[in-house]
Amino acid sequence: MNFIQGLGAGTLSILRAWGHAAIFFVGLMRVLPQAMRRFGLVITQIHAIGNRSLVIILASGLAVGFVLALQMYYALVTYGAAESLGLVVNLSLVRELGPVVTALLFAGRAGTSLTAEIGLMKAGEQLAAMELMAIDPRARVLAPRFLGGVISMPLLAILFSAIGILGAWVVAVGLIGIDAGNFWSIQQNKVDFWRDVVNGVIKSAVFGVVCTFVALYQGYETQATPEGVAYATTRTVVVSSLAVLAMDFILTALMFSTP
Amino acid sequence: MKTDTLIEIDHVTFGYDASRTILQDVNLRFARGKVTAILGGSGCGKTTLMRLIGGVHEASSGRVVFDGEVVDARNQKQLYQLRRRLGMLFQFGALFTDLSVYDNVAFPLREMTDLPEALIHDIVLMKLNAVGLRGAASLKISEVSGGMARRIALARAIALDPELIMYDEPFAGLDLISMGVAAKLIRTLNDITGATSLVVSHDVPECMAISDHVVLMAAQGRIVAQGTPAELMASTDPEVRQFVRGEPDGPVKFHYPARPMAEDYGLGAAR
Repeated sequence: MNFIQGLGAGTLSILRAWGHAAIFFVGLMRVLPQAMRRFGLVITQIHAIGNRSLVIILASGLAVGFVLALQMYYALVTYGAAESLGLVVNLSLVRELGPVVTALLFAGRAGTSLTAEIGLMKAGEQLAAMELMAIDPRARVLAPRFLGGVISMPLLAILFSAIGILGAWVVAVGLIGIDAGNFWSIQQNKVDFWRDVVNGVIKSAVFGVVCTFVALYQGYETQATPEGVAYATTRTVVVSSLAVLAMDFILTALMFSTP
Repeated sequence: MKTDTLIEIDHVTFGYDASRTILQDVNLRFARGKVTAILGGSGCGKTTLMRLIGGVHEASSGRVVFDGEVVDARNQKQLYQLRRRLGMLFQFGALFTDLSVYDNVAFPLREMTDLPEALIHDIVLMKLNAVGLRGAASLKISEVSGGMARRIALARAIALDPELIMYDEPFAGLDLISMGVAAKLIRTLNDITGATSLVVSHDVPECMAISDHVVLMAAQGRIVAQGTPAELMASTDPEVRQFVRGEPDGPVKFHYPARPMAEDYGLGAAR
């Protein structure tokens, strides 16, 4: 009986948490038009969230491009398919690694920053002060950050993939000696703009919604103590990362189910 | 028709959860245009009472009436209309740390009005001048002291000329000079603007010096006494005397309730 009670209580607790998050999400969606009308605030957040993540995204993209080119070459050369290197690298980056790795880096760099910022605003009673000034903190603080994150993520993923492909080109053409014309032409012929590139961008936009929402929710619902903010920041990385990996599987199955 | 009472607390009971009652059947009236101080020890529900007035929390039972209108925390439209008529000074200022001193004071004006920037500039400098910090307008929040932060927050709270100004522990953590400045500002601003001021504090001398009416509150919002500062200072009630004189022991015990000391030291069994 205790086991069944525990199971029931646990299930109710999870459902309550999901319900609370869903209500929060709907509330956030409702105030988005207000943020759209004051787009200057969104641009400030795109700079804060996107521009300041550029270094880590570009450095990671370049490193992934280097390594991917080397590893793929060792595998492809065995089957005499080294000319396909450009294509394999491109599809890996555009379809999967670009959106996923960017989202994971985003959760660690910008997500934690958002959670800590909102959490400290709550601890410092800044959000309560806004409430008492008759200013909705969701509209003034959360919505511009949400839009900033959602807009930044696909842009960062595109840059990640682009710099990764350039990194692969340096290794493939400069180091391994693959023909440059072949490296680019196979990509031009085989990569489909809508199926591969646009789907990759859609993926990263979904990850942008997930990561930014998780970060803002954790920050807004944090306990207003140093321990609470630390816990919320950690949860942002864990929940965002798991959500991104789960969503990636679902989206990949939906987008690329046929060869 | 306007009455003399701006705020009425009518049989209000409130707890953050079912197991912990913060305020139990509290009845109070705050007079329009006066400075009222609510004095009491930490945790007696003073700040909670203020938050109930601002509609941040909803009373479990009873009602809060602001200028004849019942505060309904679930009616956001009504709540925001009410909040436009009040300003609140938070204990530690609650200033926006990413904005300058000037921008902090300009914040409610930019968010709540359509005033041109030139007019906002004049109002901000006027408000900062009222708290003696016009010269600090360009400073960052990280560059100002605790006392200055409190004054900047006060300038922000009065930016929209509210009818009610609520001060949450305005003297906490301030040095003597800053405390004197804050006390003088509260009184002066109240007299100049004609607003109603509600000061929540446990600093007895400052509150007695600036208030028209003083409410002494104990645990769960129990009203121990209320009256003019002179009446409370002259009170012979032991609980009032203990509080206004800051005596460590009296009706409010020094010790937290505990078992007899002999039991804790294991002396009972030896006898």
